[in-house]
Order: sequence, then C-alpha cells, then structure tokens
Amino acid sequence: MEVDKKEEIASESSEEQVVNPWEVSAKDGGKIDYDKLIDQFGCQRLDESLIDRVERLTSRQPHVFLRRGVFFAHRDFDLVLDAYERGDKFYLYTGRGPSSEALHLGHLIPFMFTKYLQEAFKVPLVIQLTDDEKCMWKNLSVEESQRLARENAKDIIACGFDVTKTFIFSDFDYVGGAFYKNMVKVAKCVTLNKAMGIFGFSGEDHIGKLSFPPVQAVPSFPSSFPHLFPGKDKLRCLIPCAIDQDPYFRMTRDVAPRLGYSKPALIESSFFPALQAKNGKMSASDPNSAIYVTDTAKDIKNKINRYAFSGGQDSIEKHREIGANLEVDIPVKYLSFFLEDDAELEHIKKEYGEGRMLTGEVKKRLTEVLTGMVERHRMARAAVTDEMVDAFMAVRPLPNMFE
Amino acid sequence: MGFSKDQLLSQLQELEIDYSKYEHPPVLTVEEQAKYVSSSEGALSKNLFFKDKKHRYYIISAMVDTKVDMKVLSQRLGLGKGGIRMAPEEALAELLQVSLGCVTPFAVVNESARDVSLLLDQKFKNQTRCIFHPLSNNVSISLSTSGLDKFLQSVGRDPVYVDLEANPVVGKDQPPDLAVYVPSNSVVIPELPNNTPSAQASPPKNVSAEKTKPVASPKPSKSPGNVKSVVQNSGLSVFKNPEKFVEEILDKTSELLFSEVKGENVEALAETLRKRLTSEFTHLAVMYKNTAYSEGFYAGTQCQPKRP
Repeated sequence: MEVDKKEEIASESSEEQVVNPWEVSAKDGGKIDYDKLIDQFGCQRLDESLIDRVERLTSRQPHVFLRRGVFFAHRDFDLVLDAYERGDKFYLYTGRGPSSEALHLGHLIPFMFTKYLQEAFKVPLVIQLTDDEKCMWKNLSVEESQRLARENAKDIIACGFDVTKTFIFSDFDYVGGAFYKNMVKVAKCVTLNKAMGIFGFSGEDHIGKLSFPPVQAVPSFPSSFPHLFPGKDKLRCLIPCAIDQDPYFRMTRDVAPRLGYSKPALIESSFFPALQAKNGKMSASDPNSAIYVTDTAKDIKNKINRYAFSGGQDSIEKHREIGANLEVDIPVKYLSFFLEDDAELEHIKKEYGEGRMLTGEVKKRLTEVLTGMVERHRMARAAVTDEMVDAFMAVRPLPNMFE
Repeated sequence: MGFSKDQLLSQLQELEIDYSKYEHPPVLTVEEQAKYVSSSEGALSKNLFFKDKKHRYYIISAMVDTKVDMKVLSQRLGLGKGGIRMAPEEALAELLQVSLGCVTPFAVVNESARDVSLLLDQKFKNQTRCIFHPLSNNVSISLSTSGLDKFLQSVGRDPVYVDLEANPVVGKDQPPDLAVYVPSNSVVIPELPNNTPSAQASPPKNVSAEKTKPVASPKPSKSPGNVKSVVQNSGLSVFKNPEKFVEEILDKTSELLFSEVKGENVEALAETLRKRLTSEFTHLAVMYKNTAYSEGFYAGTQCQPKRP
C-alpha cells in the first residue's frame, strides 16, 4: 500500500515531522508527535469511551492494540458503531503492497488487528494485494509481482482469517467489471493537479502511477464486489491501517459523496518502531531493524540483544539509582504492543523504570514473547497450501459472512 | 449493595430462627472449615454455583458426602449432557455478592440473585442441624432445616429439596424431573473480561426464555432479520464457528475435570485453563476450518457435472 519516496517532499523534513504514504520521519530525529499529526490530518483520537463501547458491543476484552493505544486515531468509527448497534453491519477492508517476500512484525500488525475486528464484530473482510502498484513503483516484472502477491497471501492467511468471511484479491486478477467501473467514476472526480498535490506526482512519472490511486480507493465501496455485496450499496466500510495512509483515504472520503457512496471509516495505528529506534518506522531494506516472521529463535534473541535500543543506564549502579528511560526503551515499547497481560506489563514498567529490573531481563521476556508469536505464525504458515490460497482468492459468494 | 453478614443474622433473630454462630479465620474450602467447626455442631455443607449455556444460574447446596454429578444434574434439568458448568468468579460477585468460597443458600436474600435457582439436598432433612456461611467465610452458622425454610420463605422463596444422588432416566417418555426448577429468566453479567462470545452486550437485561423446552442458544445478533436463520442453524453453529467449537471442547474438558478431581480449587484451575487456552485453540480451529474448506473447494473444482 506504500508508494515510493519522493525527493522533493523529503526536503523540508528536518524542520517538521513528515508523515505520508512514502515517508515517515520525526522532527530532528526525535519522536513522532501523534497529537500534532491528528490535528494536522483532522482525524479523531480514539478515546476510552469508544474502547468501552467496543467492549460492550462485542462482549469481549478489547484487543491489546486498543488497550495500549497502538490503534489510536479514527475517522467516523463512532458512526460505524452507532450503525452496528442499530443492526447495520459493515465490512472490513485492508491490504498489502507485496514488494518483498519477507514480512516483519510491523507488517503483521494491521492484519492481527483486522483479524480481531473480524472475530469480534463478526463481519466480512476484503484484502487487496496491490501487485500492480509494486510492479509499477518497484519496477518488478508482472509475473514476479504476482508471485510475491501469492506468497504474501500465505503469510496473511496464517494470521488466522476465516475463509468463509474473507476475500483476498490481487489487482492483476480482479480489476475489471464493476470494480473498474468504480475506478473510472473515482478517476473522473480527481484532477491531475489534485493528484499531484496529494501524491507528489511530477512530469517525470509514468502515467501508470497516475492512474493507480483509484485502484486503492474503490475497495471502500461495496458495489466493487458484486459477488459479495449484491444490492447492499449502503453497506459501510471500515479500514484499519497505519496512519501514514490517511492522506490517501482523505481523497477517497472526499470523492465518495460525489458518487453517492458512504464515506469509508478509518481506524489508524501508530508506527511500529525499528529495533534501533531511528527512522520512525521499520524498514524492509535493513534486516536488523526488524524481526521477520522467518527469523529463528536464535535470530530473534540475537537481534533483540544486539540491536534493540535500550533505555537502561550505562552502568548497573546508575541504573539502580535512576531507573530506565521508558520513553526511548525499545524492548518495553515492543512489549506494550505484544505482551497481552496488562498487569505484567505494568509490573515490568514499574520495576524497570525504578531501576530494580535490568535491561537483560526485559529483553529476555521480550524474546520469549516474540519467539512464541513467530513460532505460532510459522506453524500456521506451513499449513497454508496453494489450494487454500486459491480458495481465499476465488471470486465466490460468502453466504455466512455476518455470522 | 449486598446484604451483609450482620444484616442477615439480625434478620434471622427477628424471625426468631434459632441458630448457633461460630467465628473462625476465613476459610475457602470445606476441609478448612471442618477444622474449625466440628461435626457435632451440625452437618457441613458444600455449596456449588453453576451456570448453564443460557446464562441461568443455580446454587446447589449439599451434604459433603453427597455425590453431585454435573452430567446427571444437567440432564435432569433438561439441559442435555454438558449443559452446566461452574459459574465464573465475576458471577459470584455480581449475582450472589459473596466472595470466593462463600457460596451459600443465604445468598438468595440479595435482589441480584432473584433469578438464581436454589436446590437443597434432601439429606439435609435428616439432620438436626446443618452448617452454612452467613454471607461471609469467616463465620459459620448451624441451624435446622425448618429454620432455613422459614428464612427462605420470608424472602419469598419456596425451599426446594431434591434427591441429588438420584439418576433417573431422561428420555422421550420420561421428562427431566428437575426442569421445573430452571429459572425462567437468564441473567446477563456486563463487561465480561473473558472470551465468551455467547454473552449479550449492554446492561443486564432479563431475557425471558422458555422454561422447559430445550430451545437452541440465542445468538448475539442485533439484526432482527437474522433470528430465524439463527434458530435453524444453531445446532450447526458449533461446527461452523471456531469460537463456539472451542467453547464446546473446553466445556467438556472442564466437566471431566470436575468429575475426576476433588477439591474446591478445581474451579479456579478450570477457569485458568479456559482463559489461557481459548485463544490458542481458536487459532487452531480457524486453521482447521480453512483447511477443510479449501479441500472441499478444490474437490468442487475437480467435480464432474452430474449426468443428465
């Protein structure tokens, strides 16, 4: 779903923080200011009352990403909940740009959360694999990008989506018919100037890139999937994504009413930090900045021990005296994403922050948690056959999608 | 707020019910209680708090050596073989307003327990006195069954004594003998922290359910249009829905645990198992479902068309 970095846009980056689908960097190499981002983008904070409401409506504990504020911003999520309470369902839409075979934990986050949403609200899901985008932006061959799309689909399926409620599609396979009709409708509503403003296109970019944005917009409209939602043109769509995608869906929300469609709602996450803490978010180009789903237990242990940026003090004495700097400590940050037990996390924060627990112990616990996750993923991934991918990607009705 | 021990005792006095009081350190199990209250004072009781799949609750108060078979009980109540399990801790606090280890017939004095069914062991009637906790587990009181009955009647309850060890045949021509004691209202406990997908959302509503008919479990669907198809499919939902499937497995596991293992901390163990395993098992169940679907799907693509 990400588009390539543009030099022009990056130039002002050191003064202000920059967050867009191709670049994420904090001011002066510091932390991303999420409050400022919410202000700048004009989206809303996901507050406690919304989380409580989710708990009530779904009769289960809210996902750890909600409890810890990983998914922290939204657009119209409250309206989606209002409608849900009245008995009007919605469907989920998320996606992946299959640029590489190797997925890291940061890639899995939106999928883990989307899986929870699917189970908790009992709603269907469409997953778009933008193989055409990667073919264009990363200059891959059509065949290679299609191959990567299928490979990535296996990792996505391994996250535990229910085949009776999930439709995965690749652009190369699916664009056409009703989907294409919607693409043309959207394209008619966005001028070249606007597209250049939003996406930073210039005279040197090939026209393939220019025509891509509608492809990513139209899965927000139920009429793009006549085999799934026949006659349900008013069905709402909820898009879980990382907040750097927001400018992108602002365009979609702008266009929707002009086409007589409901605006898609968004629920947005913050960035999963790189192991070494620099650069705002994990990068697929630096293998030591991330934990990959193919890493062995040994790899994970090594990476955490060697590269995870620690907020602990230089010497044990100093550490016991003033405690760790939890603001910059990566292991604690990672635990806040993945350690399910609220009480245990609080305990670790307290003990580590007050100097009684050492970095080594925190890293050890993190290694355990991540190894468990990666193992579980690997086992599930091994069970995904080509036939299963075919089944998920088949254009078929989903009769029990709301059960 | 819940009745306190002192309020209860003064109530007993007002009703002129004769009882003897024994104070001791807080006890969580019958074994511990037995250390402080000797059997010469009366017969100790074991008190169990159950819930069924439709969120109806039951207190079973029995003599310590009476064997309570949950499977049999469930059938006699008309709930099928695995229809009841130990109620979760939250229910104890919400409905009975007592702490762990403190289930007692006296809990029905609370308004919150008005829909909880109370079944008493027939064998109590042969005892001069029986021993229960008066809403607090650092006190025990002994009183006669007539005293207990008088109290229950004063709070609008008909005392029900049942032969808990009986194992009558339940079948087409032999209706479940205890079905009449199934509460007519189910109770919803808000804000369940565990994964219990069958619970309804929003503040505690008393949903009326048929008393004796073995009706399918209601689904938490808010859309009225879905109700008809839900009732038809609910027998299948255990096999369609990974979470319901896992709940069924854990129900049966807990049941076996209770029938095989003695001791009061079995409840806690069962709850821990449930909490920790639900997520793992659901993940496995989803993968199993996906695999089965894919195999069927593939077979469908290879299927020869039917001969005309």
